[in-house]
Amino acid sequence: MIQRYETVIGLEVHVQLTTNTKIFCSCSTEFGQTPNSQTCPVCLGLPGALPVLNRKAVEFAIKTGLATNCRIAPRSIFARKNYFYPDLPKGYQISQFELPVCEHGWLDIELEGGDSKRIGITRAHMEEDAGKLIHGDKPEAAGSSLVDLNRACTPLLEIVSEPDMRSSEEAIAYLKKLHQIVVYLGVCDGNLEEGSFRCDANVSVRPYGQEAFGTRAELKNINSFRFIKQAIEYEVERQIDLIEGGGKVIQETRLFDSNTGMTQSMRGKEEAHDYRYFPDPDLVPLVISQEWIEQVRATLPELPDAKRARFVEELGLSAYDAEVLAADRALADYFDACVMLAKDAKTCANWIMGDVLRKLKETGESIADVPVSPQLLNGLMARIADNTISGKIAKTVFEKMWQSGQTADQIINAEGLKQVTDTGEIEVLVDEVIAANPDQVAEYLGGKDKLIGFFVGKVMQASQGKANPGMVNQLLKKKLTGN
Amino acid sequence: MTIYDLTLAELRARLDNRELSAVEVTNAYLSRIAATNPAVNAFITVCSDTAIAEAQAADQALAIGEVTPLTGLPIAVKDIFNTAGLRTTCASRILGNYISPYDATVISRIKEQKAVIIGKLNMDEFAMGSSNENSAFGAVHNPWNLKHVPGGSSGGSAACVAARQAVAALGTDTGGSIRQPASHCSVVGMKPTYGRVSRYGVVAYASSLDQVGPITRNVRDCALLLQAIAGHDPADSTSVNTPVPDYQAGLTGDLKGLRIGLPQEYFIEGLDNDVRKAVEQATATYRDLGAEVVEVSLPHTAYAVACYYLIATAEASSNLARYDGVRYGLRADNAENLIDMYMQSRAAGFGAEVKRRIMLGTYALSSGYYDAYYLKAQKVRTLIRQDFLDAFEKVDTLLTPVAPTPAFALGEKLNDPLQMYLSDIYTIPANLAGTCAISLPCGFSANNLPIGLQLIGKPFDEMTLLRTAHAFEQATEWHKRKPDF
Repeated sequence: MIQRYETVIGLEVHVQLTTNTKIFCSCSTEFGQTPNSQTCPVCLGLPGALPVLNRKAVEFAIKTGLATNCRIAPRSIFARKNYFYPDLPKGYQISQFELPVCEHGWLDIELEGGDSKRIGITRAHMEEDAGKLIHGDKPEAAGSSLVDLNRACTPLLEIVSEPDMRSSEEAIAYLKKLHQIVVYLGVCDGNLEEGSFRCDANVSVRPYGQEAFGTRAELKNINSFRFIKQAIEYEVERQIDLIEGGGKVIQETRLFDSNTGMTQSMRGKEEAHDYRYFPDPDLVPLVISQEWIEQVRATLPELPDAKRARFVEELGLSAYDAEVLAADRALADYFDACVMLAKDAKTCANWIMGDVLRKLKETGESIADVPVSPQLLNGLMARIADNTISGKIAKTVFEKMWQSGQTADQIINAEGLKQVTDTGEIEVLVDEVIAANPDQVAEYLGGKDKLIGFFVGKVMQASQGKANPGMVNQLLKKKLTGN
Repeated sequence: MTIYDLTLAELRARLDNRELSAVEVTNAYLSRIAATNPAVNAFITVCSDTAIAEAQAADQALAIGEVTPLTGLPIAVKDIFNTAGLRTTCASRILGNYISPYDATVISRIKEQKAVIIGKLNMDEFAMGSSNENSAFGAVHNPWNLKHVPGGSSGGSAACVAARQAVAALGTDTGGSIRQPASHCSVVGMKPTYGRVSRYGVVAYASSLDQVGPITRNVRDCALLLQAIAGHDPADSTSVNTPVPDYQAGLTGDLKGLRIGLPQEYFIEGLDNDVRKAVEQATATYRDLGAEVVEVSLPHTAYAVACYYLIATAEASSNLARYDGVRYGLRADNAENLIDMYMQSRAAGFGAEVKRRIMLGTYALSSGYYDAYYLKAQKVRTLIRQDFLDAFEKVDTLLTPVAPTPAFALGEKLNDPLQMYLSDIYTIPANLAGTCAISLPCGFSANNLPIGLQLIGKPFDEMTLLRTAHAFEQATEWHKRKPDF
């Protein structure tokens, strides 16, 4: 069947900013503490308490705005979003409404086939998070609902995209890009499961060629990239089926159920909400000077796109290698540090993408605490380059380096792994191998050239891997053919 | 002279020369409260035990020469200020048993000076009212005539100072809540400039209008108490970081060259004849003192009350959302579900006037009405502020009545909210403009009820207000009268 409907997706992402303290008080934002231990009169919404804006949170918002090509508002306003809920201690959430801190940004995403597409960012506004409810189905709540306000008042930046995405793949590409940027900037820990990076998706469909948007549903409660894709795809199908069946999509909030892969209407709760937004009289307008913006701009790290481009254009890496190495800021920094020492970028990339990443995966360690520093890795690569050890022995040295943190030279000397480059010594081994395998010699001389590998292997084995393979090869050929 | 007739400044001198101890003074006041409070009902909580302990600590400080301007002076505070360990009710059932874990900034400031907090004062519930009849703890009675209201919302603060139950008090003023009761009780009350005194820890009614101020027996005491509480507070983003001058040093009595403006829009129909006469007489006194008096115009005055009742109620509807029965305060026992708990708790916890204002404010902010009401009111507010700034180009201070009539009888306006709202007609504009104003005694009506005079000053120029008020006080005897009580 020909696809008759076009999907339209806009995304709202709540990025939890990793400030040490909350957005309007000085309580700690640490995750996983005893319920209600990280609270004070302000974040408990006690009578008379007043908010004071955390400057660091503003700095993080500016950073994110600059990295997503937004215009930073010289003056923005905090507003109250009024609604009752037990996780909202003041009965209103302090957010930004009419004048947000960032507007008019964009991100370029890469599509399959190498094309790129620009996704507009409508706005990014700062707000406080709500607390957490523990309902009766959890053992500690026993038939009632408990309120934990440790999370209340932690800083969020809500980044709202334009409805520019046309498939779940584009949505995921946008989200991953945004995720990578905020983690790179160090403004968010990027943990989807703990809710540090939350996504709501506005999804609608319309017949191809139609300009007006269809009625959208807002999908909530999705905490992994995979689920977001699933939720969007389910929702698109649901809406098409509904329309094809003569029905109408209604504007509503729908919750994604990861067990069933379906979305379900949250009927009632969100219906006809009037948040009665108005400027919060407890906070003065947020004024951001051009000077402050420039100060923050100066602290921006090189972003993934720029890094990738540099890796390809200046360091000659393949697009794939550049992608892998630039994906994580710490990994990219590690790579850059290695290249700085070793110069040969391709070799560095091979080592990092091969052995380093493999070991990290095996041990579950992160690149931040990798035991083989760029200096150590460079020492190892240098010994391969100057023929002190073979690539094969290097793997052994790398393993020992990972365990002990010793330098390549220390390990090579201690273990006697230095490559044999003495022609005489190798010649003896070559002669022995030739003498011990007359049948293979005959076959080789009969034209089975591939057997050279067999002889090399035997000699290397006899040298316990220490012979220089190039020299072994050369000598073998010379001796076998007698010239 | 009995202890409780002494002013702040007089008590200061007697404590400093050890003629009196803080404990003696505190005991004198506690006895006075015990004797008079049943009739006045100015106090919601009398802090007998803690007050004596604080007085003892003050005496120890005095003994070793650690003296601050407020050491050992018994001060009562409106029950809108959070006081750690003491009940803070805001005169509402919903906070009837609420004990705050922290001190408001102004409370910390007077505690640092080792003032004695003698009690927490009655008020209109959540500071909403002009008669102090909207209290879950009963109406306050005017010490000048117990059948009359003391004014509101800081009715307890004004009545207690007039009745000699504390040497001075702290109140709050959102639309006249310090000045109007001060005028009805013949005491001095000041609303400082918005941002001059910290609002941190003051239970919010209308955040963009609320301001803390002193209520005292005379202008010097007012300057002394303002000095203690004024100044920037990092915990209140709207408090302004501008230097606090030495207010007492400004009380020179010299008014030469002072230009006083009479806003013509304030002397209109509805102004009681006795009040008009007293204010005119005060104007003459100022001329005699060497001030130049001119007529000025504040053209948008007529819209002030309407503007106020949109902005104040809008903010209140949001500020009072936190009283939901979830974390503290009254919670309904037999709620069937969450919404039911909210509705029952708030229905039982709030009084009629508070409910009326929450509904008004919710309506004014509602989608579809926001532009016509809240936004329009904000625009009008800007015009009103501009009226004042224009007038202050021509004059140093404005002279007006405080209230259109002397204190009315208890119950008289209770069922006519609109009439009640109009009693703040002369005080509301200064809140909307965010500037400072003071009320001081300037006469009595034919039936012996106090009349107050209002001076409105330039933003952050409390100094000129105090100087101007002080000179009048020196030239008149009104502040020396006390209720026959």
